[in-house]
Amino acid sequence: MTRSGVIAGVLAALVVSGAVAIFAVVWRPAIAAVDPAQQTFANDLVKRGRALAAIGNCSNCHTAPGAKDFAGAVAVPTPFGTVFSSNITPDAETGIGKWSEAAFRRAMRDGVDREGRHLYPTFPYDHFTNVSDEDDRALYAYLMTRQPVQAAVPANRLSFPFDQRPLIAGWKLLFLRSETYHPDSSKSPEWNRGAYLVEGLAHCGACHTPRNALGAERASASFSGGDVDNWRAYAINARSPSPVPWDADALFSYLRDGWHPDHGTARGPMAQVVANLASVDPDDVRAIATYMADVFGPPATDRRHDAKTVLAEVKPMADRTSETNKAGASIYASACASCHESGRALPYGGINLALSTAISSPDPRNLANIVLSGVSPREGERSPIMPGFAGSMNDDQVVALVTYLRARFSNQGAWTGVDQVVAAARRTQTAQLRMPAVPRQPPAAPAQRDKP
Amino acid sequence: MMTLKVNGRDHQVDAEPDTPLLYVLRDDLALNAAKFGCGLGQCGACTVMVDGKAVLSCVTPMVLLEGKQVTTLEGLGTTADPAPIQRAFMDEQAAQCGYCIAGMMMRAQALLMQNANPSDDEIRSELQPHLCRCGTHMRILRAIRRAAGLMNRADLSSESGAVR
Repeated sequence: MTRSGVIAGVLAALVVSGAVAIFAVVWRPAIAAVDPAQQTFANDLVKRGRALAAIGNCSNCHTAPGAKDFAGAVAVPTPFGTVFSSNITPDAETGIGKWSEAAFRRAMRDGVDREGRHLYPTFPYDHFTNVSDEDDRALYAYLMTRQPVQAAVPANRLSFPFDQRPLIAGWKLLFLRSETYHPDSSKSPEWNRGAYLVEGLAHCGACHTPRNALGAERASASFSGGDVDNWRAYAINARSPSPVPWDADALFSYLRDGWHPDHGTARGPMAQVVANLASVDPDDVRAIATYMADVFGPPATDRRHDAKTVLAEVKPMADRTSETNKAGASIYASACASCHESGRALPYGGINLALSTAISSPDPRNLANIVLSGVSPREGERSPIMPGFAGSMNDDQVVALVTYLRARFSNQGAWTGVDQVVAAARRTQTAQLRMPAVPRQPPAAPAQRDKP
Repeated sequence: MMTLKVNGRDHQVDAEPDTPLLYVLRDDLALNAAKFGCGLGQCGACTVMVDGKAVLSCVTPMVLLEGKQVTTLEGLGTTADPAPIQRAFMDEQAAQCGYCIAGMMMRAQALLMQNANPSDDEIRSELQPHLCRCGTHMRILRAIRRAAGLMNRADLSSESGAVR
């Protein structure tokens, strides 16, 4: 053999083995189709799956406002373009009707669909690796017994190269950890149950953990706060901006009711989460609260301890004539103070804004969103209500109000770029205002919550 | 003093910037269709239109209204010549005590100006901020559907040259 022949042979071997390696990373086989009509499931399993789907908040991404349950096609904005959620009803053609339980579990664990295509990590399989086989089985039973909806999902709108699905395999090599959740024997069963749910199915970190340039959660900054749908998902660890530190009892009642007298009201994407949690076993919500209270950790000594101390330090409403931001002060006095400074208890009275996390948040997005769109009451329940002001305030007026609130009700420095934030909030929130605001998944009346 | 445009007329009003629009309408301009219900923006009885959008006048301070056009129920029609929305509420006998109805009509009017043929779901969702304790909700729904029909027919007849 000549020398050049050897080199060519080595090169050829390298190319072939490289191709084989790429193929092994990227290629996934299709899993044989099943006939949805042939499947039967035990009632108990379906019912358990229903509660798990509520904990997993599946409907938030897979049910478009006003559309049929779980028919997908919800546009999820990402830095790389728009991803549309899948139809997860058991329709054979456009949904997951042909998926076996094995195919469903593979999607949950490895982010691969039945045909073997890689799924975008917008679907949080990086958390669902932690979901147990039994829970996957129950979820599968629940979804396969929903009403099939024939509805094709629009093609994703992603820029090159992110529209190339094989690249997702590379992302998974970098960021997907396949090991599942292991209980910590030094902690209580309740804590472990909470950790299992939070880190797995409930995928709290998907919104509350910041992401890196490739869209993966930054493990070193778990729960330090993230972005979702033009809302800020607050830090829910020691960096929480909440004026009153959270504890397990406050978390439990907030997650269950959607509001807490020392913290205010869940809104934006979190409103859906708590609407779903209202329908699940209170013990599971308690477990989540117990685990999360540990994630928050004990409050630092320099943080104030209770609502009373915080309220004692609120600056009084300034005289109109001495106020530098007269527009903001006037809007607050007439449009906001009648509820927010009435001393009337939540949920019907407004929270004193010195307690509001929105005002001590690092950016004004949530505050601008809530001023524009308000809070819709939850049908059949004692729930907070606030009118939206999109129709009566222009952007300059919202800016004046938001700036006033920050100056008067927080000890933090002024926000910058408030005008851009308000303009963006107007674009996104007024789009959302046209959609029905009533959550449709859980039964409305608390008395109905334990019914299937 | 500030100029407040209501129902196509300019009014010189002496009010503080944080005075709610509702107080000025009722106390200074004697426009009493908009009602004081809760004063907290939670019941809808005080609804008027500002630049064509439904607004809760009890939580709308005067400072927000510079240069804007306010429309109250009095601006839509009169007893002798009611607007389609008023005609429809009378025809359907949609009021019982009537306290909430002016607000309901104003939001319905704003809706119909945006969307000439709203579905029942759209009407329900839009009118969600309004409370009615008499329970005439089904009649209110019917009245809004009827008003949509009246307004569409009025549009058609004006397009063919007829005068209303």
